Amino acid sequence: MQKLLLLGDEAIAQGALDGGMSGIYAYPGTPSTEITEYVQRNKYAKENKIHSDWSANEKTAMESALGMSYAGKRAMVCMKHVGVNVAADVFMNSAITGVNGGLVITVADDPSMHSSQNEQDSRFYAKFAMIPVLEPSNQQEAYEMAYTAFDLSEKYNVPVMLRITTRLAHSRSGIDLSPQKTENKLSLPKDPQQFILLPSIARVQYRKLIAVQPELEKASEESKYNQYFDAKNKKIGVIACGLGYNYLLENFEDIEIPFSVVKVSQYPIPRNYVEKIMNECDEVLVLEDGYPIVEESLNGFMKNDKVKGRLTGAVPRDGELNPNIVAQALGLTDTYGTDSPTSLKGRPPQMCKGCGHIDVYEALNEVVAEIGEGRVFSDIGCYTLGALSPFRAINTCVDMGASITMAKGAADAGLIPSIAMIGDSTFTHSGMTGLLDAVIEDSPITVVISDNSTTGMTGGQTSHAVDRIFDICKGLGVHPDHLRTIIPLKKNHKEMVEMMKEEFAYNGLSVIVPVRECVQTASQKARAKIATKKMN
Amino acid sequence: MKKNIILAGVGGQGILSIAATVGMAAIAGNINIKQSEVHGMSQRGGDVQSHLRLSDKAIASDVIPKGKADIIISVEPMEALRYLPYLSSDGWIVTNSKPFDNIPDYPDVDGLLADVKKVKNHIIVDAEAIAKSIKSRRSSNIVMLGAASPFLDLSMELLEEGLKQIFGRKGEQIVNVNIEALRLGRKFTEENM
Ligand SMILES: Cc1ncc(C[n+]2csc(CCOP(=O)(O)OP(=O)(O)O)c2C)c(N)n1
Repeated sequence: MQKLLLLGDEAIAQGALDGGMSGIYAYPGTPSTEITEYVQRNKYAKENKIHSDWSANEKTAMESALGMSYAGKRAMVCMKHVGVNVAADVFMNSAITGVNGGLVITVADDPSMHSSQNEQDSRFYAKFAMIPVLEPSNQQEAYEMAYTAFDLSEKYNVPVMLRITTRLAHSRSGIDLSPQKTENKLSLPKDPQQFILLPSIARVQYRKLIAVQPELEKASEESKYNQYFDAKNKKIGVIACGLGYNYLLENFEDIEIPFSVVKVSQYPIPRNYVEKIMNECDEVLVLEDGYPIVEESLNGFMKNDKVKGRLTGAVPRDGELNPNIVAQALGLTDTYGTDSPTSLKGRPPQMCKGCGHIDVYEALNEVVAEIGEGRVFSDIGCYTLGALSPFRAINTCVDMGASITMAKGAADAGLIPSIAMIGDSTFTHSGMTGLLDAVIEDSPITVVISDNSTTGMTGGQTSHAVDRIFDICKGLGVHPDHLRTIIPLKKNHKEMVEMMKEEFAYNGLSVIVPVRECVQTASQKARAKIATKKMN
Repeated sequence: MKKNIILAGVGGQGILSIAATVGMAAIAGNINIKQSEVHGMSQRGGDVQSHLRLSDKAIASDVIPKGKADIIISVEPMEALRYLPYLSSDGWIVTNSKPFDNIPDYPDVDGLLADVKKVKNHIIVDAEAIAKSIKSRRSSNIVMLGAASPFLDLSMELLEEGLKQIFGRKGEQIVNVNIEALRLGRKFTEENM
């Protein structure tokens, strides 16, 4: 059979479908978005009604996946690394409940922060929760891991994390497929108390999780994804984790690797191989595409001269790995082209021509110039690009939903008025609960929900907020006199400025909702319409 | 056979359809491929690149090591120069001459083209003009692929097969115009090498 050309993300989706998954749950987030989008387009998934609708946020997604697991079926939840912070409560507790149907948490980390606020390493979360991690070194392995991870989860009664990083997520390669497995049948958990985490039961469940740890270690030692390659030269050995193994191979294309190598793609760290390489080699270099979690484990608290890596400067402390970094760390001849000319200019991302957020910022900047700067608390989405020139319109961007609550806190401190600037999808992701706090105290803030009716930054996924923002705000208790809307267009600039002035001056909570569809989704829809017309 | 190709451009310029075409061509020819691309924030008008690796052997890294690219294909001149640290000493740079100017401080174009010409092996194409000549402005990215095709070690049959797979959904006419764009791009390079 011809190979399928798939992104790492898509290989995971295909592997999960072939592995008998009954539902995928996610909130979009680069570089994880394409996993769920693949299932949404997939013919087999449609025919078999595999769940793939977006969730409101990562927490609701993971809880739904856990519910599907409770009901005996195989479920996957996907998110970007910072999504795990949002889902952390259910994530940590799902390790205590264990699973019924297999449960896989796929997390795409973003070292070098190509599209993120930080480069946190999700393997720490898995270690924290005491669950296994699968970390593929290439797309084929990603496919196979997604295919078999449900079995691993069901065998040991724990959720399993599948961890990838940006380069694997967004790189295509030819994939060989395995035979389709059937979905699990609906079934209740054998132990009716397993999912009731009252302290008395949770203590029992936690001891079960502790008791299974040696078995998970053994599974790692026996896993085909972990390997030991022996070589004569014992001066240096390499422990290569996930993609690090791939970059190591790149440096030895045509020759055999002259030193011993441990490939780590399943955690807990395989003790047998690591002990062997630590005993046999004078020095051990650790390659990880993320934080130095393995390196730190080997070091222990006492510094150890043997282990080299990010903590010793053999590998840069931050940023993603690449083949050149590996070459330098191993003292191999490195290659480099020529420097780019100094005339080269940076080309930062920017809001699209005609974007409604631009009209909102033009009005906002005018009013803020009058009342004083430093009071616009923003959030995460395309509108965050308003931080860059020519707008320089916002003062914060921290985590999804933080605009409203940080504005509230600043107003509590006396910065009045404070303004929150949030997108529609971010509002339903985690803005609603913060708005309720502001309603309860009638905080003197104005929340601008710049509604482009889509989840723009991640490529235009459906937004839960569409046609619901006003009802949500009213339902939460925003006073109708201070819940206002406008179409953000040049011709309405004056009106928007006036509206902002009035609401900023009001000594209580107000919400302004500028509504105009994202220019990207609008033109996609227009093109699709023309295409269907031509077909008919 | 082994080729490391960097595709360069600006988010929204269509370098991913070049990448997808080469990817399909490679799969049809049973050639191993890895193709990494940029999704997310930079796609909003920022600089974007795609690393394409073809080989008859297994390919490890998804990203091309610095100094090891055989070709840089760029749909606009400044972006062509951004990836010089990746270009090998005997590599080719194939770039569109027309700038994509969406920043306030875009450098002087003649200066940029002079810098491109400092690279020993270079092809500079006015892809817009060629695309316009066949009344298909949107095909200028495929003109660029055609201009780079003599250096790719992929037959024209395979590349045309790739175009059929990528544009087939949009109808025969779109496929044909892109095949023409590909051929004209190649002709330009063959006449100007
Ligand atoms: C916890 C978390 N989940 C997901 C993301 C990824 N993300 C960043 S912006 C964004 C979309 C925001 O959509 P919206 O608020 O509607 O603004 P728009 O981009 O449409 O302007 C997403 C999903 C993130 N940064 N953090």
